[in-house]
Amino acid sequence: MVMAGKTLYDKLWESHLVKERDDGTALIYIDRQLLHEVTSPQAFEGLRLTGRKPWRINANLATPDHNVPTTKKEREMGIEGIVDPVSKIQVVTLDENCKEFGLAEFAMGDQRQGVVHVVGPEQGATLPGMTVVCGDSHTSTHGALGALAHGIGTSEVEHVLVTQCLIQRKMKNMLIRVNGRLQKGVTAKDVVLAIIGRIGTAGGTGYAVEFGGQVIEEMSLEGRMTVCNMAIEAGARAGMVAVDQTTIDYVKGRAFAPSGDHWEKAVAVWQTLHSDDDAVFDKVIEFQGEEIQPQVSWGTSPEMVLAIDDCVPDPAKEVDATRRGSIERALEYMGLTAGQRIQDIQLDQVFIGSCTNGRIEDLRAAADVVKGRKVADTIKQAIVVPGSGLVKEQAEAEGLDKIFVEAGLQWREPGCSMCLAMNADKLGQGEHSASTSNRNFEGRQGFGGRTHLVSPVMAAAAAVSGRFVDVRELLA
Amino acid sequence: MKKFTEVLGKVAPMDRVNVDTDMIIPKQFLKSIKRSGFGPNLFDELRYLDMGEPDKDCSGRPLNEEFMLNKPRYQGSSILLAKQNFGCGSSREHAPWALEDYGFQVLLAPSFADIFFNNCFKNGILPIVLEENIIDELFAEVEAEEGYQLTVDLQNQEIRKPDGGVIPFDVDAFRKHCLLNGLDDIGLTLQEAETIKAFEAQWQQKSPWLFNTIQ
Ligand code: SF4
Repeated sequence: MVMAGKTLYDKLWESHLVKERDDGTALIYIDRQLLHEVTSPQAFEGLRLTGRKPWRINANLATPDHNVPTTKKEREMGIEGIVDPVSKIQVVTLDENCKEFGLAEFAMGDQRQGVVHVVGPEQGATLPGMTVVCGDSHTSTHGALGALAHGIGTSEVEHVLVTQCLIQRKMKNMLIRVNGRLQKGVTAKDVVLAIIGRIGTAGGTGYAVEFGGQVIEEMSLEGRMTVCNMAIEAGARAGMVAVDQTTIDYVKGRAFAPSGDHWEKAVAVWQTLHSDDDAVFDKVIEFQGEEIQPQVSWGTSPEMVLAIDDCVPDPAKEVDATRRGSIERALEYMGLTAGQRIQDIQLDQVFIGSCTNGRIEDLRAAADVVKGRKVADTIKQAIVVPGSGLVKEQAEAEGLDKIFVEAGLQWREPGCSMCLAMNADKLGQGEHSASTSNRNFEGRQGFGGRTHLVSPVMAAAAAVSGRFVDVRELLA
Repeated sequence: MKKFTEVLGKVAPMDRVNVDTDMIIPKQFLKSIKRSGFGPNLFDELRYLDMGEPDKDCSGRPLNEEFMLNKPRYQGSSILLAKQNFGCGSSREHAPWALEDYGFQVLLAPSFADIFFNNCFKNGILPIVLEENIIDELFAEVEAEEGYQLTVDLQNQEIRKPDGGVIPFDVDAFRKHCLLNGLDDIGLTLQEAETIKAFEAQWQQKSPWLFNTIQ
């Protein structure tokens, strides 16, 4: 019998397999652990209580992102600028823990600080062929580099700190192929929202998902990160894309990427990081790029998403009682009426940023749309939050900040910001936002806030229109 | 970790699909640097009518009487009956910490989100996946009978119903072993330290660039 080829996931798994146990679990070696202030304090506390030490200090990189303020004035005050005392304790605790255990940290005030999933790839701290974990579900982002990357809980953060390993069970393989080409104005974000809209928030549960097909192959590495970032929103802990020239070009020259002799050797290894032609996937799902329209989420789960020219669902037309119930509940929470046009949803706030869409390419695309236009009078606040200090620096070098400010958007300091509203950036009760982040759960962006997930260009179009419009009309 | 053997407890029904971890414990409570004390804020936005804050005393807050945990008949429940994709969303371990702190020891659902499922076991909570029709039946029985209780027997992998019915369930052997004995899996992994070191040495030989110093 001929052995079937291997998937990218199979290859990454096998190269990191320390030991297979009789009960079907395995010890997997972890190359990189990223840490932030929210999910790490209890893990460090565990180390102190047990007297254990980190296994390999060098494997870790920390940065505070969830609680940091994004206004200039407060940021200039450093730690003291964090008004909420509880948030401050968390950031200070991260600083202290990193110092105590000797871990590298890009603290507040360091130009390299930012949202942990923007910082890792940007620094070359996450690389092709690595296993990457972080106490954060959007760790799937790093899979865009051809890495096996997934979110873990705090107990596992502690486990990795102490043992450099994770106890895992191999997942199943899924391939999501996006064929053809995207229409102008349709972005990586629309691709992934359309995927979640079709397969649902549990569609990828139990699978490691590889994204492929012409659309992904022609996509920039930053776009691939957007897609992999939201794999978790489809239930898949890990999303990934095969290594190709785009990946290699992206990694080259980054701060912690290999150089010199190591570079050539690394590239040779990375070039094998793709699924074999005869690899067998447990499940394959196909999409056609041309059919994907700009997406807008209308409900309280990322799978509640529609094309810009659609109308929100009418629960009366839903036969399944559970589905009907969740549509009713979502409409009520979102303050929408059955059958209402997406384009008629009035907006209060716009948020451009997050680990999904806070990279330079996202900001360029959004700036392109708002350039020479003005934020609609009805929009109370529109903020642009770069994903990292370096993204901010680059954007300013290109004059993007000026374009945003002239159009009436606020230019902020890097952090998670209104993606989950742990800092002061929040939605008021009942307010609707066009948001480039990844979750529209109830209360996610503020108590009673109503989030609509969109791409950066759709958010920009919404900012200047006061409601959702098809960005293609503005680009024409 | 506490040993988990058998639970006899009241069942509370959470009749909603895709319950996400933001719903289980909203983000403002993630600011704590401790592992305990999240119970009063479990399902905060569903349970109370006002907005919860980390330092706010919950005893005087206005309750949403409609929410099942506020109904007298479900007070003191230790088994949570749930629907598909329970625990989706963020990886926050605060979700199982809150469930555990409230007093839930067992979760029953047709499916769970992966990271959440994993996190439960690390905190002495047993999440059990049951067929959808069995879950639906349990919802009906819980609804019909006030004070409905189940016995969850991990050793024998079975749930015993008040009517004498028995529902067998699957559980991963390693996780069962850890729960039954209250074992800390870090300690177990450290017993393999030599194997890990050997792996690491050859891996560093093969891909030295993965061991670059970050500073
Ligand atoms: S930007 Fe949002 S999703 Fe990303 S790490 Fe921060 S809070 Fe999480």
